[in-house]
Amino acid sequence: MSEPLVRLQGAGVQSGGSWLVRGVDLSVSSGEIVTLIGPNGSGKSTTAKMALGILKPTEGSAHKRVRLKIGYVPQKLMIDWTMPLNVHRFMQLTARPSQTQIDKALERTGVGHLRKSEVRHLSGGQMQRVMLSRAIAMKPDLLVLDEPVQGVDYSGEIAIYDLIANIRKELGCGILMISHDLHVVMAATDQVVCLNGHVCCQGSPRDVSQSAAFKTLFGERAAGALAVYEHNHDHVHLPDGRVQHSDGSIHQNCCDHVHGSEPSSSDEEQRHVG
Amino acid sequence: MLDDFFVRALVAGIGGAAVAGPLGCFIVWRRMAYFGDTLAHAALLGVALSLLLELNTTMTVFGVSVTIALTMLGLRRTQTLSSDALLGLLSHSALALGLVCLAFMTWVRVDLTGLLFGDILAVSKTDILTIYAGGSAVLVFLWLIWRRLFAATVNPDLAAAEGMEPEKVNIVFMLLMAAVIAIAMKVVGVLLITALLIIPAASARRIAVGPEHMAVIASVIGAVAVVGGLQASLRLDTPAGPSIVVAGTILFLVSILPWPGLRSISGANERERKS
Repeated sequence: MSEPLVRLQGAGVQSGGSWLVRGVDLSVSSGEIVTLIGPNGSGKSTTAKMALGILKPTEGSAHKRVRLKIGYVPQKLMIDWTMPLNVHRFMQLTARPSQTQIDKALERTGVGHLRKSEVRHLSGGQMQRVMLSRAIAMKPDLLVLDEPVQGVDYSGEIAIYDLIANIRKELGCGILMISHDLHVVMAATDQVVCLNGHVCCQGSPRDVSQSAAFKTLFGERAAGALAVYEHNHDHVHLPDGRVQHSDGSIHQNCCDHVHGSEPSSSDEEQRHVG
Repeated sequence: MLDDFFVRALVAGIGGAAVAGPLGCFIVWRRMAYFGDTLAHAALLGVALSLLLELNTTMTVFGVSVTIALTMLGLRRTQTLSSDALLGLLSHSALALGLVCLAFMTWVRVDLTGLLFGDILAVSKTDILTIYAGGSAVLVFLWLIWRRLFAATVNPDLAAAEGMEPEKVNIVFMLLMAAVIAIAMKVVGVLLITALLIIPAASARRIAVGPEHMAVIASVIGAVAVVGGLQASLRLDTPAGPSIVVAGTILFLVSILPWPGLRSISGANERERKS
């Protein structure tokens, strides 16, 4: 087991006498997608900022691997009228990717035609895609995405989550993501950390969706939505690791592949079904 | 050549404008005009201090500006006052304190108008050396931190996350601003320094296609304003420092006219209105 890219241990941030979030334990390893979920003001962004080293934890600790190359997609990025900045220059903001790397990264998020556009003229969804391209072009060890599909249209949303899953496979990078879309979170995530000022529950998507704390926090509707999602499965994982298929038969694994050997393959399968 | 006072004024002014251009861009981008004003007003306090302690004026002004800049960085973190109110308070307190201190020193004859509005026609060869040596140092440091400072200007969180050390480059930027104020004080005086920083940068915006481009154009526009202002001052017998600022303002007004070749902004506005 290699050293995780980032690790928070009992980490919390205090501001103006109150705790924004506290007692967070989480780690992101290479090739792993960890998603933070939780209501507004539950400390998701604060937690991500601790992991990034932007905020110093008031208690507990935050460790980054040395010389960790991070690609960060913030929640919002406002470009003032006074600043002449086109997409091409924006792609070179903190790193120097080659011309081909820039073009390729923009093509992948479907905004290759915007290379010469002024950043401040982009729509919300276009901006999101450009920011993601910029982070990908850096070839980071750790990708941190704060609500990456904000303002992106529905079909674009699915494409971007597919892209994120592919990037993880291709670069082998770890991904720390904040998302509101519970369906997609459940489908494409290895670890879910559900926050509400503290860690309310964490674990695999399946464990979290079934925990009582999660249901209390998100209400019956969310639990219902997840239940619908669950019903899309053609198999159920039994506690002993075997798999019960929808026709009732029980097998050692759910498909032709051995379950768990390659995390992304089951994600793909789940998304085809859903 | 430098024996002619007018040539000395031109050389000094162009040097000052070349340094003020790129720094002015960052002041405009970061909305720090008021901050620049505060530092400039504090420079008057620096002059008073240098006269009192018989120190080198440029170095003392630099020292006082740095102290004020770092104090403001510290105060901003505690956030007891809005930074706007805080700057207004510090800016005018520093100006008033400087004026009071100078008034107390009855034993030195101080050319107050020269300090407030500049005395570019009286610059010496030593002043020119100070402007060019200090100015080159400022530009070299700015070039070294350019990428990191620009990233921190676009988004501090992003810059911090991706190892651009925004806190560190912000402090360096403060030092550079203090240095430019100590240098440019000779050219336009403490009340008009911010104008020399901001007006060329704002005028460059329409023409510029990228941040680096804007910095270079701002320097050129500043130099044109210096030449135009000094020529006008010579012919019309107007004060030199204010004339330079007025020339800059005219260039700015020209830059915002609807030129047919500069459609980028008007075209963009139309698109914004449509959506």
